[in-house]
Amino acid sequence: MPNPLYRKHILSIPDFSRAEMELVVETAARLKANPRADLLQGRLIATCFFEPSTRTRLSFETAVQRLGGTVIGFSDAASTSTKKGETLADTVRIISSYTDAIVMRHPKEGAARVASEFSAVPIINGGDGANQHPSQTLLDLFTLRETQGRLDNLTVAFVGDLKYGRTVHSLAQALSLFGAKFYFVGPEALAMPDYLCEELDERGISYTIASTIEEVIPHIDILYMTRVQRERFDEAEYQKIQGQFVLRADMLRNARPNMKILHPLPRVDEIATDVDATPHAYYFEQAKNGVYARQALLSLVLNETV
Amino acid sequence: MSEKVYARNVEALKNGTVIDHIPAGLGLRILDLFELTSYGERVTVGLNLSSGHMGNKDLIKVENLVLTEGQANELALLAPKCTVSVIENFEVVRKQKLAIPAEVTDLFACPNSNCVSHVEPVQSHFSVRVTEHDTKMKCKYCEKVFSKDIVVAVR
Repeated sequence: MPNPLYRKHILSIPDFSRAEMELVVETAARLKANPRADLLQGRLIATCFFEPSTRTRLSFETAVQRLGGTVIGFSDAASTSTKKGETLADTVRIISSYTDAIVMRHPKEGAARVASEFSAVPIINGGDGANQHPSQTLLDLFTLRETQGRLDNLTVAFVGDLKYGRTVHSLAQALSLFGAKFYFVGPEALAMPDYLCEELDERGISYTIASTIEEVIPHIDILYMTRVQRERFDEAEYQKIQGQFVLRADMLRNARPNMKILHPLPRVDEIATDVDATPHAYYFEQAKNGVYARQALLSLVLNETV
Repeated sequence: MSEKVYARNVEALKNGTVIDHIPAGLGLRILDLFELTSYGERVTVGLNLSSGHMGNKDLIKVENLVLTEGQANELALLAPKCTVSVIENFEVVRKQKLAIPAEVTDLFACPNSNCVSHVEPVQSHFSVRVTEHDTKMKCKYCEKVFSKDIVVAVR
């Protein structure tokens, strides 16, 4: 029987079952331990980035090439016929006739789902506006499993922009299938959206809203930091809240020995550089894991068995 | 308008549908959304009619047309308390039941201005969920969840 993700579109975390997420995580772990240069041999993958991205595009392209596949694509819509007014539907119809899969990022929310309705080959969403970025969530899950040895019953604190941070929303949705416990730490103006809290309530997930990072540190397995974007506040307001959600090494004294700090990156100043040398810092390894998680996704989508 | 005149108006329809008890102000919107004038049948609209328990209300009569079950359910999202009577030979032969639909396609636009459904050749699509305090609608494309009242107010 083919694996459940074979020839499937990868659009959104709520589309995934718990078993499918576990399959991606297991596969990523196997590919990290035993690299395979043959899983995409002879396959051509398009990376269509209608808006710029460095990490996501390069890690997808690395993943394809490490697995023996080849890549075509673009990194900016300015050089495509989108500029001439072509619809995404038409662009995708054409590119899907050239390639075996399409990895795409687009500024409009829902773009990947629209693309999936017009594509003859699997679409892998590399980010659609403020909506979804499923490969980020899968690499986060892989990193949680790698550092904690399990996905079940983890206690995770999310810090920073909980309102607009799509990585926070998707990871919280994903972990709610694994019985997690959450702390939400951030400015009131950037609190977790109501619809998400309602989803967590319905699933019986417990969450606590906390006002400082220090108070949650002793209780958690994972500290998931995000960037509070300066442009969301006026300058005076930003200065007031900014210092509250910055992590420094001296705040980690009461952390559990195995507590790890993650961040989807890029960081600006919310994690002081003195944290990098502590045994809790794991965000650079997390970014590296992006390649393995994306290798796992591509392998599963393009091979009946891996 | 007195009840007597109103009754005569209903009776004047030989075959068709009367949508009554529409909250005042929504009549033209319903006419437009369900394209009730596109069938070439005679349509009579009453706006700001006085109604005992509602204050003012709107009313629509369409000749020789019966709403599909899907349309009646979609109507429940806009005006859950309106009544839909099917008229045959000047008599009300049945009242159509209005049940909130589980999904609604190509009727409302997504309130999210950055949703891709506004610029691509696709039909809008919402899944509908009735909660204790509210009815929520989730856009299939941008996946944003809105209170029903916000979605139905978008033009």
